[in-house]
Amino acid sequence: MIAELGHILLITALVIAFLQAVLPLWGAAKNNKALMDFAGRAALLQCAAIIGAFALLTTAFVTSDFSVKLVAEHSHSAKPLLYKITGVWANHEGSMLLWVLILSIYGAMLPIFGKALPDTLRARALGIQGLLGVGFIGFTVFTSSPFLRLENVPIDGNGLNPLLQDPGLAFHPPFLYLGYVGFSLAFSLACAALIEGKIDAIWARWLRPWVLLAWSFLTVGITLGSLWAYYELGWGGWWMWDPVENVSFMPWLAGTALLHSILVLGTRHSLPSWTVLLAISTFSLSLIGTFVVRSGVLISVHAFAVDPARGVYILSLLTLYTGAALGLYAWRAKTLQAHSGFDPVSKSGALVLNNLLLVIATATVFLGTFYPLFIDAISVDKITVGAPYFNKTFTPIMVILILIMGVGPLLKWEKDNSKNLLGYVKKLAPVFIIALVLFGLTGGSWGGALGLALAVYITAGTLFVVWRRRKVIGSQPAGFFGFILGHMGMAVTTMAITCMSVWSVDQAARLNIGESLKIGQHTFTLSKMDSDQRENYEYLAGTFSISKNGQELKPVTAEQRYYPVRKMVTTEAGFNLGIKETVFAALSEGNKEKGWVVRVYYQPMVIWIWIGGIMIALGGFVSLADRRLRFNTNSDQI
Amino acid sequence: MNSLKPYIPLIAFVILVIGFAVGLKQGDLRKLESTLIDQPFPDFSLTTLDDLGSNITEAELKGSISLINIFGSWCVACVQEHPNLMQIAQTNRIRLIGVNWRDSRVKGRAWLDRYGDPYSLILFDDSSQLAIDLGVTGAPETFLVDHEGRIRYKHVGIVTRDVWMETLLPLIKSLESGT
Repeated sequence: MIAELGHILLITALVIAFLQAVLPLWGAAKNNKALMDFAGRAALLQCAAIIGAFALLTTAFVTSDFSVKLVAEHSHSAKPLLYKITGVWANHEGSMLLWVLILSIYGAMLPIFGKALPDTLRARALGIQGLLGVGFIGFTVFTSSPFLRLENVPIDGNGLNPLLQDPGLAFHPPFLYLGYVGFSLAFSLACAALIEGKIDAIWARWLRPWVLLAWSFLTVGITLGSLWAYYELGWGGWWMWDPVENVSFMPWLAGTALLHSILVLGTRHSLPSWTVLLAISTFSLSLIGTFVVRSGVLISVHAFAVDPARGVYILSLLTLYTGAALGLYAWRAKTLQAHSGFDPVSKSGALVLNNLLLVIATATVFLGTFYPLFIDAISVDKITVGAPYFNKTFTPIMVILILIMGVGPLLKWEKDNSKNLLGYVKKLAPVFIIALVLFGLTGGSWGGALGLALAVYITAGTLFVVWRRRKVIGSQPAGFFGFILGHMGMAVTTMAITCMSVWSVDQAARLNIGESLKIGQHTFTLSKMDSDQRENYEYLAGTFSISKNGQELKPVTAEQRYYPVRKMVTTEAGFNLGIKETVFAALSEGNKEKGWVVRVYYQPMVIWIWIGGIMIALGGFVSLADRRLRFNTNSDQI
Repeated sequence: MNSLKPYIPLIAFVILVIGFAVGLKQGDLRKLESTLIDQPFPDFSLTTLDDLGSNITEAELKGSISLINIFGSWCVACVQEHPNLMQIAQTNRIRLIGVNWRDSRVKGRAWLDRYGDPYSLILFDDSSQLAIDLGVTGAPETFLVDHEGRIRYKHVGIVTRDVWMETLLPLIKSLESGT
């Protein structure tokens, strides 16, 4: 019964989404209040139906109901409860259900928290949100239903990929989706405003909390994803420029640009077209992120054919939504008038530069990620663009962006004095140069020194803003503290990424018990090998004693695990996490005669990458507490 | 000209969608003609991925049929190909040799630890010594080499199930029956 009920609830949600799309949009056109009011109720109902469906699927996983195909394929009765629950979204169909669940939750939040919006704008935004619902609930029901039954019920399930048996997975996709899907509201509000032909400072303030919320969640999701890949996979990398990572990074870059262009639109009433296009592109990039990746088109063009129905459906949805939104823009662009321009020397001017650089950065990542796709279409050469491309193209853009980040927030919103700008530069430049020389002479790498000096420079610029307002610090709005946290987080992350890129060391070798391997100041000695059985896997464990300059550190144990159910081997690295440096060892194949292949790593400051990421996300959440987001005051600060 | 400006985003997007659609319709990778077919495998002298002190040469290839696969931890398509190689390895049908190309030992080993190691031997070719002689244009690429160490087939791109079942396996069978 559970599966059938779930299916019925999904179809109910689909029907409600359809009504939510048609009636309010028509009502807004005819100015019929009853039809417009229906939008809010429909959004709540649709959300309730999907929550029901999701709860039922979770029940099927928790009770190990193997008559449901999805449960049989992805769960196992011997699995710990937590992994039974995370198993719900650790597969294509279940993660689609999570995706539409979050879409409907955001849809239901708009009528609750968006009471200040004009009736027509809210009804239209909810109508468009309903249209998105129709497409994606339809996609789930017709091509990826999680509720299919099996005729022959297996005795036990097919296990869960052991790589996915990690608490990191419990939180990573939900946060990522809360980010991606949250941008749907920016998209809906942008389309609704285009229909109305009114994009102004007030609209920017309505949009801002939703963008902040989605962007903060996406930041958390990307940070957790990076941490998870680093820790669980024993991979040694915190960021691989992997296509899957890139497609989550692109909406983040575009979303960051959007967040800042909203500030300009909200205070100076310039950039309406640009902001609307960013809102549309950010969500479109999120769509590409969630769907193109699962169709396999990124990993290889040819894999798209694996399930043509899915691929065609996804491409059609993307074409339909983004195409329609851009068509709407083309039709209504004339009505979007900026009330004021911006001066090059002003906070707005700096934010315009910030936007241009972020969009160029997005385009760079986009090109690198999809390049193989287009090259493949026109030539036989198979070319893969790797990390070197991204490092070479992305780094210079970030350097310029950071240079603007230091000085920009100091400028006035309206036309500032060139003399003032010169004054700020004169104060910040010595800090930057002293840091550069100091780190350059002591660290032995000028590239590394540049990165560290930039981090110091953002910190100095941000603290300068704080210092200037020190007397009124208590009366500053939440957005001000959000700005400080976000920009300081960026400084921390820049510092950590620089340290990791320049000074981390790793090595691989074959070791027998008693032998050791030296990298930098650290010596790793394989002191002991064990093997035994635990829960649902067998393991081989190697213990390493570590010494730094002759001083003994805490030993680490690295494991190789064999999961009989899935016939899969995974490696668990042994970590010695530290504030200043992290060392770890991983164990690969080998035997007593030949020795075992081991990998050892020294990584300075690596945990600050994620601390910085979390600081940036917190900056977003703190800004959400800003009173100006709820009451339309006319404050002109930040 | 100014009246066209609002359409620029739409036009750019349409071009993008056409690109995706072409990608969607694109079939198998076309076969690359290679002058190496039926030629002896080029001479080489390389270490294995895990043992710095080892020395493997082309002599190693004689005596049994081998499938030689060029891969790297930086190679995106290799991730897609890898499960197929794992399955081929499980059939025990053929000796599968990996060439870890333009990589570091640590990254190559970490990659295999993550996705599984199907190879009975892994050559480490960070400086493209062997890859240049083989005329490798990208990864993955796969060579079928017979008992006498001659290249009999070259596949550019991913070895899919179809490539294995319809091209490689029949070739291997005919090579086996020929001796």
